[in-house]
Amino acid sequence: MDHILVAKNVSKTYGDYTALRNISLEIPTNCIYGLLGPNGAGKTSFIRIINQITHPDVGEVLFNGEPLAPHHIALIGYLPEERGLYKSMKVGEQALYLAQLKGLSKAEAKTRLKYWFDRLDIGDWWNKKVQELSKGMAQKIQFIVTVLHEPKLLIFDEPFSGFDPINANLIKDEILQLKENGTSIIFSTHRMESVEELCEYIALIHKSEKILDGKLSEIKKAYKNNIFNIGLQAEKDAHGLLKNLEEKFNILSSHIDLAENQLDFKVQLTNSNTAGVLTELSGMANINRFEETIPSANDIFIQTVNNKDNGK
Amino acid sequence: MASKIGLIIRREYLAKVRNRSFVVMTILSPMLIVGMIVLIAYLTKVNDDETRVVAVLNESSFFMEEFQPTKNLSFVQFEGIGLEEAKDSTNALEYYGLLYLPNEQNVEKTANATYLFTKDNPNTNITQKLESIFQRQLRQDRLQKLGVSSEQFSTVEAPFEINLATFEGEKSMKGINEIKAVIGGGFGYAIMMFIIIYGGFVMRSVIEEKTSRIIEVIISSVKPFQLMLGKIIGTSLAGLTQFTIWIISASILLTLAVMLFGIDLAQLSGDSPMPAGPMGAGMSQIEGMDSEMLLYAQEILDIPWGLLIVSFFIYFVLGYLIYSSIYAAIGAAVDNETDTQQFIFPIILPLMLAIYVGFFSVFSNPHGPIAVAFSLFPLTSPIVMLMRLPGGIGEGGVPLWQFLTSVGVLIVTFLGIVTLAAKIYRTGILMYGKKPTYKELVKWLKY
Repeated sequence: MDHILVAKNVSKTYGDYTALRNISLEIPTNCIYGLLGPNGAGKTSFIRIINQITHPDVGEVLFNGEPLAPHHIALIGYLPEERGLYKSMKVGEQALYLAQLKGLSKAEAKTRLKYWFDRLDIGDWWNKKVQELSKGMAQKIQFIVTVLHEPKLLIFDEPFSGFDPINANLIKDEILQLKENGTSIIFSTHRMESVEELCEYIALIHKSEKILDGKLSEIKKAYKNNIFNIGLQAEKDAHGLLKNLEEKFNILSSHIDLAENQLDFKVQLTNSNTAGVLTELSGMANINRFEETIPSANDIFIQTVNNKDNGK
Repeated sequence: MASKIGLIIRREYLAKVRNRSFVVMTILSPMLIVGMIVLIAYLTKVNDDETRVVAVLNESSFFMEEFQPTKNLSFVQFEGIGLEEAKDSTNALEYYGLLYLPNEQNVEKTANATYLFTKDNPNTNITQKLESIFQRQLRQDRLQKLGVSSEQFSTVEAPFEINLATFEGEKSMKGINEIKAVIGGGFGYAIMMFIIIYGGFVMRSVIEEKTSRIIEVIISSVKPFQLMLGKIIGTSLAGLTQFTIWIISASILLTLAVMLFGIDLAQLSGDSPMPAGPMGAGMSQIEGMDSEMLLYAQEILDIPWGLLIVSFFIYFVLGYLIYSSIYAAIGAAVDNETDTQQFIFPIILPLMLAIYVGFFSVFSNPHGPIAVAFSLFPLTSPIVMLMRLPGGIGEGGVPLWQFLTSVGVLIVTFLGIVTLAAKIYRTGILMYGKKPTYKELVKWLKY
C-alpha cells in the first residue's frame, strides 16, 4: 500500500515540555485518516511538523516516500484549528493572496476561485470585506483557500467547529468528494464522534504519545468485548425470565417494561460464539433484538488509556 | 521563495496605504504642520509688533538724549507735571509704565534714585533694556571721571571678536560645528521618528495577524522569517511613500503660504544661525559680514552631502531593520497591544539617549569620547554617527576607522538581532493566551 505520509520516531520538545514522544505513523494514500486525542495531546504539534512550521528534534517524516522538503508545502493544504482572515481585506483579494502564497499563478487562482465561489454559492462575496462576514461565512472562504491549490494531502484541524449543521454537512460532502478525486485527508479532532464515521484509519494520541493506530474497522474488531444488547418478548413473567437468565449469563444491566412484558438487557459473553446463546434464548422467549455493541473510538480511547495507566 | 516575499511586501504595502487612518494622516499632516508654521509665524509677528510705551518723567538734567525708541520699546516724555499726575496719566493713557528720574546732582545719584512704576511686575526684557541704557551712561560717566573722553569711550566700546583658524590655516568659524550637528541631527531625528512610527506599525500588524488567527494559515505557506521580512519591508515602503508625500506636499503648501501670507521664514528661525557679526558702524564691517556669510555658505556647501546621504541610507536601512525586527518580535510575543509597554520602553530608551546625548555631546564636541562611544554602539550609532558625519571623514572629521567600525558593528548586530528576533517571532506567533516574560522570551530563543 502507498503511503502519502510516514512518520518515523518523531519527537519534539519545547524547553522542558515534550510535545511529541517517539511518534511513528503511516498514513495511506487516498484515505481519510483520523488523528484523535484530547486537547493538548500533541495533535497540532504533529500537524505543524507536517506543514514544516516546526521541525522534529528527532525522527523523520516522509511525504510520498521523500523526506519532507520545502517544495512539499505546495502539495499540502492545511485548515488550522486557530483560523482567521485579514479583517480589513476584501474576500476575493485575500483569497487570491493566499492562493498565490501556495504557488498558484494569479490567473489560475482567479479561475479556480471563481469555480469554488460559484460551487459554494458565494459568488457575490468577492468584494465584501471579511469583517462583514459571519463566522460560518468566513469558514467557507477558509475551506476554499485550503483546497484551492488541489493539494495531494489535506489536513483539517477541528474542521467542523464553528460551522452550523447545514454548512458542516456541505463541507463534509465536499471533503468526501475530494477524497473520491484522490486526495488523502487527515482529520484532527478531540471530538472523536464527529469524524468517526468518515475515517478509515485512526491514530490515538495521548499525552504526546501514540497509543493506538490502524484501520478503524480492525481496531473495533479487536476492541469488541463480547457485550451484546438483547431484547426479549417474554410470554408472561418478565421478572422470572430475568432471574433465569441471571443464573446462566453475566447480565450487566437490564430493563423491564411490564406493560409490554419486554425485557431488555446487556450481557457479557465469554466468547464471540453467539449461535449457542441464540439457541438457548430462543427456547425461552421471542428474540426481537440481538446486537453486538461496537465500541466507539471514544470508548476505545478511554479503555486504552485506562489499560495503559493501569499497566504502569 | 523570492516571489513569495514579493507577494507579502505587496500585500503589506497595500494594506498599509489603503488604511483609512494612514490616508488621512498622509493628507492631513502636511496641512497641520504648515498650518502650525503659519500660525506660529503669525503669532510671532503679532507679538513682535507690539510696541510697549514707557512714559518718562525726567526731572534731572541727565539722560536727556538716551531714551531712543527701539523695535519693541518707545518712550513718551512727560514734562512739567508732578509724579502723582504722571502716574495717573500713565494709567489713563494705558502706557506700559512710568520711568521716574528725580532731580539729583549727578548721574550716579540720579540713576540710583530712578524708579520704574508699572501696573504689574514688569517684563524682564523691558527692565533689561532700561538697565542697559543706564549702565552705558554710568560707565561713560565713571570713565569720564577717570579722564576718558567720549571719543575714547566709543573706541573702548568697539566690540571684539576672536579670530578663529584651523591648524591648516583656514579661517574657521564660530557655530559651524553646531550647524553641522544640527544638519546631521536632522537626519538622525528623521531616523528615530521613522523607527518609532513604522516600527510600531510593524508591531501592530504582527499583533493583528495573531489576533485574527490568520497567522497559522500563512505560516503553512511561507516561512515565518519571510513573513517577518516582507512585513518589515512592505511597511517601510509605505512609510517612505508617506514621507515623500509629506515632503512634497509640505513644501508646496509652505511655498503657497509664504506667497499668500508673506511670512518671513527667517523670522522663524529666531536669531539666524550665523552669530551676528560686529554690528555697529562702518561700511567696511558690513563688507566683512558679507565675506563672513560667504564663508559660512562655503562651509555648508563643503559639508560632504554625498557622503551624508549615502551614509544616511546605510544607517537608515540597518537601523530600521534592527529596530523593526525587535518590534516584530515584540508583536509576536504578546496577544494585544497593552502588553507591549514593558518591552517597548527598553527599545525607545537607546533612541532617546542617542538623540539627547547626541545633541548635547556632539554639539559641544563632535569627536569627544562620548560622541565616539555612542557613534560606535550599534543601537545609537545610526543617529549619533549621522550627527558627526557633516564634518566629513578623515582629517578634521570622523576618523575612517571609526566610521568603518561603526558600520561593521551595525551590520554584525543587524544579523544577530534579526536572527534572535526571528526566533522569538517564529515561536511567539503560534503562542496564544500567554503573557510573556523576559524569561519566557529567552526560553523561546532556544526552541
